[in-house]
Formats: sequence, C-alpha cells, structure tokens
Amino acid sequence: MNNNGDITMQLDHALSPRGATIPLEVNDPVFTLDDVSVFYGDYEAIRNVTLPIGKNEITAFIGPSGCGKSTLLRSFNRMNDLIIGSHLKGVVAYHGTDIYGPDVDPIEVRRKVGMVFQKPNVFPKSIYENVAYGPKVNGAKGNLDDVVEECLTRAALWNEVKDDLKKSAYALSGGQQQRLVIARCIAVKPEVILMDEPCASLDPIATAKIEDLMVELANDYTIVIVTHNMQQAARVSDRTAFFTAELDDNEVRHGRLVEFGRTRELFSSPGDSRTEDYISGRFG
Amino acid sequence: MSHTQIENQLAGRGTLLRDRVFMWSLFVSLAIGVLTLAVLLIYVTVKGWPRLDIRLFTNMPSVRDAENAGAQSAITGTIWVISFTALIALPTGVLAALHLEEFARPDSRFQRFIEVNIQNLAAVPSIVYGILGLAVFARALALGQSVITASLTLALLVLPVIIISTREALRAVPRNIRDGSLALGATEWQTAYRQTLPAAIPGIATGTILALSRAIGEAAPLLLLGAVSFITFNPDGVLSGYTTLPIQIFNWTKESREEFQVLAAATIVVLLLLLLAMNFVAIWIRNRTQKRW
Repeated sequence: MNNNGDITMQLDHALSPRGATIPLEVNDPVFTLDDVSVFYGDYEAIRNVTLPIGKNEITAFIGPSGCGKSTLLRSFNRMNDLIIGSHLKGVVAYHGTDIYGPDVDPIEVRRKVGMVFQKPNVFPKSIYENVAYGPKVNGAKGNLDDVVEECLTRAALWNEVKDDLKKSAYALSGGQQQRLVIARCIAVKPEVILMDEPCASLDPIATAKIEDLMVELANDYTIVIVTHNMQQAARVSDRTAFFTAELDDNEVRHGRLVEFGRTRELFSSPGDSRTEDYISGRFG
Repeated sequence: MSHTQIENQLAGRGTLLRDRVFMWSLFVSLAIGVLTLAVLLIYVTVKGWPRLDIRLFTNMPSVRDAENAGAQSAITGTIWVISFTALIALPTGVLAALHLEEFARPDSRFQRFIEVNIQNLAAVPSIVYGILGLAVFARALALGQSVITASLTLALLVLPVIIISTREALRAVPRNIRDGSLALGATEWQTAYRQTLPAAIPGIATGTILALSRAIGEAAPLLLLGAVSFITFNPDGVLSGYTTLPIQIFNWTKESREEFQVLAAATIVVLLLLLLAMNFVAIWIRNRTQKRW
C-alpha cells in the first residue's frame, strides 16, 4: 500500500500541470547558469544562482518584488548590457557556450533568445509591420506575407486581425497586443522565449489566452517566465524557481535562489520553509 | 440633523476675495499678451492695406518709385535662404541629437561639456552669429554676400534649437520600444533608424519649423553679413546676391516718405502670413503623426 502510494505520488509529480512528463533532473538543458551574480554598479541584485533550463520546458521564476528574478531573466539574452554599469559574474551557458564570452555578439544571442515584456510594447506601426520587423532587421528580403500569417496564427491572433493587417497595432486590445508581441518574437525563429510578467497588465480572460498560448508554444520553444502570480506558475509551468530577497551581513538586500524543482513538487511539498510561507500567502 | 442645518452646511462660503483677485490677475496677464499682438496685427494690416495687392509679389523693390515697388526679390530671397538653412541645419541637427541621445555615454564628462555648450549656444544673440558668418563664411571662405553665406549663418543660429528639440522628441519615445527592437536582434543603429527616429518625427518637425520661423524673421545677422543693398533680381543660385523680407522691411522703414512706410507695413503682413503658415504646418504635422504609447 505504502509503496503504491509513493509511486502514484511520483508519477503525479512527473506529470506537469500542462500534461507533459517532466523528469526529476533536467536532462537536456538549453541554458545552464553556474554561480551567476548580476550587479548594477556595486549593488549585487542577485547572488550566486546555479540553475538549468530544460529544453521545451516552461520554467517559472517566482518570488517577492526585488528578489532579482527579472534581472536574472534579462541576463539570458544580455538585455542587462543596455543598463550602464551592470555586469555579471559566473557563467550563463547556452548549449555549453558562455554567452558572456569575449567572442559572443549579444545581437546574435537575442536572435536565439526572444523576449516578451511586462507592458505590451508593440511598435507604433501596422500589425503587419510589427511581425515583419524582426525578419527585416535580420536581413530577410522579399515578401513576408507567409511569415506574418504563420506567426500570427501560432500566436492565436490571425483570425482576429487577418482583415486589419494594415491597421495600427495600437488599435488592438492589451491582450491582443501581447499576443502580437509574441508573434513578433516568434518571427525571428528563436529557440527560447523569455517572458517578463507577460500578463501583469491583462485582465483574467486575456491572461487565460496567453497561458493557453504558452502551453501550446512549449511544444516548440523553451519558455522562461517571470510571474508575480503564483497560480499562474502552478497552472502553466513545468519547473519553478523560487527566489527571495535577503539581507546580508552588511544589511544590504540581495536576491537569492531558494529552491528549484518540478512545479508540482515545489507547490505540494516545498523543501524550504520560506517557499512554503510564500506559496501559502504568508508573505510577498 | 434638521433640513435647514444640512442646507446651511452645504451652502458653502461663496467665492473668497483672494480667489477672485487671483483669477483676475491671471486673466489680465493673458489679456496683455493677446491684446498687444492684436493691436500690432490690426495696426500693420490697416496701415499696409492700400498696398497689400499683387504688386507686392510681382514687382521688384525700389526706393524711388513707391507706386510700383514690390517685394518679389525679398520673398524669393527669403524662400531661397530659408530652404538652404533647413537643408543644412535639419540633417546636421537631427544626426547630432541622435548621437547625443542614443549613442553617447550619458555619464561621460565630454558629453556633459557638449550638452552645456549647446544650451549656451541656443542663448547666444543672433548678431554674434552674424559676426561669425562674416568672418568665416563671407571672408575666410570667400563666399561673399551670397545666399549660401546667409543660409550657413542662419543654420548655425538654429542648430542648437533643432538639436535640443530633437533630443526632447527622442527622449519622449518610451524605453520599451527600444528594448522591444533590441530584443529582436536589431542593432542599436537599426533601432535608432527604424524605431526611435520615426517615432520622434512629430516632435522633430515641430521643433525644426519653429526654429526656422525664428530664422526667417532675423535681420540682424544678415545686416552684418552685408545684405543692405537693394536687390532687384531674384536669386538664381547659392552664390547669388539676395535680400530677405526683414531686410527689405528695414530698408523701407528708413525712408522718410509715407508711401514706403505703407509698403513696409504691407511687407510685414506678408512676413507674418508666412510665419503663420509655417506654424500651421507644424501643428498639422504634429496632429497628423501624433502617437500614443
């Protein structure tokens, strides 16, 4: 009886909320973070993170405000480079190559690792031009109609906009804009999509659509999502990393990785009391 | 609480004297500005009215024949000078602003030095630019009293204003548009050229037109450059001699005969109409291309 119970429990944990089977360890990592710390000037925003990101998995970063989860996310595509004074210690390896290595061009990294932002940042252009922008800046020539249709279809937006492709992207609702941003991101054919609180400015219905889309996209892409919404992490992600902000000996606040594991496990039997306090709503 | 008690409480205390005085002082201040402008406009229009006709546009200036004198060479000269001013100042100013705003490191000492200098240049009196133009363009480069000398000098005059307004317009483009572009693998140059600059066009256009409409009314630097003679021909090239509307107005107001004062008033109306037209274009561009984020 007891044994059987354990097996059922393990099987249950291996099956992620979206129905994918997730091994206990990450077997096929796209990214491997080794002892990564990110600094803004002298300030260490997040300290000593070691973490793998599994291929075609959805990894959620959760934790209270100021725990450095967005900062960490932005180190996957070197967006932190754009902030003057920021630098990184440790290794962020993409398929074994350190993306902060001397021969790496951050622009090439960003072509492989796309990003969706908190506020839908559509360009002040037509819907069509928003999707075609990525291929164009990456040197695509000729007719992009097929690419635009394919990406909008994949982002579950085609049916809503197919007659209005020439209209301004600003005419769309917030949820549609965010799906347009996802379509725009897919058009560059990345391997990884980073999402920084993609539903923070959306209503529950629009949020549900984005979540469905994430699950759909996980078949072809590796997704890393930062979210404030624990239910969202529990609903869509395969693995969850819980971060928190802690005071060090000098009373300075740093983000730390507390726990990383399969989402079902982390939510049902957290290994750390801080995780338990956070997911049960006692703080944050 | 009784009905009357509530009525009394809700009645308020009426408008305080202090509030009324404040409202009136606001209104009077506004009226001073608007009335001055109105009086000025009405005065020149009434005075210039007898000569506000086709002769102003078809005939050349004269200091003898007031009856047949026009301002054609001044109108064409103004258009020539201001067109080349725009051609020189607009690309230079926009590219300089783009460099300062998008590519230069904001924390460098050199950057701060440049910034302070541009701010100061915008406040330099126009006559000083005239002296510079005379020394550098007219004499050192031997361009003489030509359209291009005037355009180069006026371009220097408006350049700081164009740089400042372009920077403001670029800064108004939200950071997340740039981030969105860079995250798609665009280079910084592609981002500036395809996203930031197009999004800033309304601000750049209005800033530039307002700067040019300042230049169009300038007489002082051009007088210093030697544009005092009566020009009775239209410019036919950048090295051609020229006169402009402000210069022509200045020349006529020096004449003692009343007919020339009337002619000057009529020319002022033409200059004002030109300025109004430019400002309307600025407003039109702004309204047409206005973006919401």
